[in-house]
Amino acid sequence: MREIGLRGLLALWAGKIAIRLSRLLGRGGSNLPGRLVRRIDPTLLGKLARQCRGGRIMVTGTNGKTTTAAMIASILGEERVVHNRSGANLITGITAAFVSQAGLLGSVAADYAVVECDEATVPLAAVEVRPDVLVVNNFFRDQLDRYGELEYSVARVRAGIEELAGQATVVLNADDPLVAHLGSSSPQALYYGLESDYPGLEEPQHAADAKFCARCGSPYRYTALYYAHLGKYRCEQCGDERPSPHVFLRDLVRLGPYGSRLEIVVPSGEVLGVELRVPGLYNVYNALAAASVGVALGVPPAQIEEGLGGFSSSFGRMESITIDGVTAFMTLVKNPVGFNEVIRTVLEDDGDKPLVIAINDKFADGTDVSWLWDVDFERLARSEAEIPFVVCSGIRAEDMAVRLKYAGMPPDKLLIRKDLGQALEEALRRTASGTLYLMPTYTAMLEMRELLQRKGYVRHFWEA
Amino acid sequence: MRDAKRTIEICHLYPDLMNLYGDRGNVIALARRAAWHGLTVQLSHVSVGSPVDFRRYDILFIGGGQDREQRIICRDFQEAKGSSLAEAVEDGVVLLAICGGYQLLGEYYQTSTGERLPGIGVLDVYTEAGDGRMIGNVVVESTLAGEPRTLVGFENHSGRTYLGPGVQPLGRVKVGGGNNGQDGTEGAVYRNVIGTYLHGSLLPKNPWLTDYLIARALERRYGSAELRTLDDDIELLAHNAAIRRAMSRPGV
Ligand SMILES: [Zn+2]
Repeated sequence: MREIGLRGLLALWAGKIAIRLSRLLGRGGSNLPGRLVRRIDPTLLGKLARQCRGGRIMVTGTNGKTTTAAMIASILGEERVVHNRSGANLITGITAAFVSQAGLLGSVAADYAVVECDEATVPLAAVEVRPDVLVVNNFFRDQLDRYGELEYSVARVRAGIEELAGQATVVLNADDPLVAHLGSSSPQALYYGLESDYPGLEEPQHAADAKFCARCGSPYRYTALYYAHLGKYRCEQCGDERPSPHVFLRDLVRLGPYGSRLEIVVPSGEVLGVELRVPGLYNVYNALAAASVGVALGVPPAQIEEGLGGFSSSFGRMESITIDGVTAFMTLVKNPVGFNEVIRTVLEDDGDKPLVIAINDKFADGTDVSWLWDVDFERLARSEAEIPFVVCSGIRAEDMAVRLKYAGMPPDKLLIRKDLGQALEEALRRTASGTLYLMPTYTAMLEMRELLQRKGYVRHFWEA
Repeated sequence: MRDAKRTIEICHLYPDLMNLYGDRGNVIALARRAAWHGLTVQLSHVSVGSPVDFRRYDILFIGGGQDREQRIICRDFQEAKGSSLAEAVEDGVVLLAICGGYQLLGEYYQTSTGERLPGIGVLDVYTEAGDGRMIGNVVVESTLAGEPRTLVGFENHSGRTYLGPGVQPLGRVKVGGGNNGQDGTEGAVYRNVIGTYLHGSLLPKNPWLTDYLIARALERRYGSAELRTLDDDIELLAHNAAIRRAMSRPGV
């Protein structure tokens, strides 16, 4: 009560009631409750966040925010963390997360706040939450129709970093030139990246966004390209180059859709051995980011190891579900870079790979489905011998089918079932045993979880 | 004239810079359908740097980009490639330009900061950035190939393009903003050049337009164009689904 004042208390209670109501109505929305709270007391978020004295961590970037934030929480200890875990990453969602986790008198018992934050929200959230650590993962093209331009996202994050000048450690991905360049306006940058001999791409992917120098605009020369525009780069024109990472990956064994085995070197020279139970190179980067946060906060290496090793996937990020003897892997797909990595990871697995791809075009998915043409489905089509069928589903199922046809997938392997329930049924009927891959966009994933949950296969969303 | 060895050369301009919103899908569609029509396809690309004689190609494609990229292209047009491109257009080359590429084929593009990027003027149009972006699904009715046909796509632009007397509109907007949100036109056509704001990608979901472009290219090179009848079931399903989706656009 002392902490938040009378006005804050009113806002808090109103918010708690609104959150309860919105859950009773069966909607996971935190937008309206958050907006209500902020109308009554716009300073409440700051007053609640200030109480997390162990550290406040903000995570932003295009891909991997949710997973990275969850990994950080796993390292710090779930029970000690306030966390906007369901991907509600606008200022209203962040506010609602704090409100729902605060006590009735406005005290926050958690030591840490781990806040996933939309790129455009960073400057505002930085002022209110005052993070001690700000993590920037990557910048990829994502649902451009929402913000107009990638440059805008980068500029917003830069503005947030400038807002925090001197007060926060900025954890940056050295391998992404757009991210690494943010270090120029922040002397306390802690960089992470890959130093292993991980084989780069055979050919550059089409979804790359930053092949041109962030400083002078000349083309970068890459000596290694890990995925999209992430790699070891240098501008011959002005000398801008990848900073050497303080926290880096030394060795990597990939285990297909089951995960990876990593060796991470931290600044003290200690080597962390991590069994990561989530797949794909993108999750290796997420783990490096989370380990760097641990380093920044002075967490002992053993605790970082344990936290990452104990992490299992969250909320549709390559989670596995057993359905009548079929192991279904569900992975969110939301932009070309992410989709390319999902394809690469799936193709690492042995055996047949039946697929369900569900494309919606609601606001949260991005209303423009043009991005499907930037995904390297040609790579999938080259492995069509291992793909018995693809069920195309969702509001834009037909667009997906056309894309696969033009990628070179035989049309007789393409099934269009717009209804998600029918799509799942069809796929399960054709997959007697083994593995099935489900690749939904955001709202299709919510619907698919809902369906599977009703059949008793998935835990309820709020418990996940 | 049944020449089994008919070849078509497609050139993608600035794929490393002008690649917004899946525009490469248009090149994929041109190459795939040309091959399905039994043609030998040669695909190449050209980026910033030395001059190129564009008359040797059959079909040219240029996609959209952000202001930063458009500035780079604008300079390359002025310094290296603009005049050759204009000559090739007069020679009848087929050229499809989307969004940012479309804008730079006109007289000029004025950005939101008031900066004026000169275009190469092969299309009698000019573009000025306006307030707010026009974003959403679009349905256009076009008589480009004779009788009225629909085109579906997705627009996302703040530029307003105005047509002069030297061009025809590609079509009339049934749903969406189109060139400028005012006069009901979408795109511009001059000789075998088509400029348009439609992403989608445009060609895969509008196979008639893809075949129209291939046919014009064959006429220019071989004097005749016979195309096979392809199975377009999936494409037409997507075309019709896009129309239904556009009809649910707010305000329709
Ligand atoms: Zn440079």
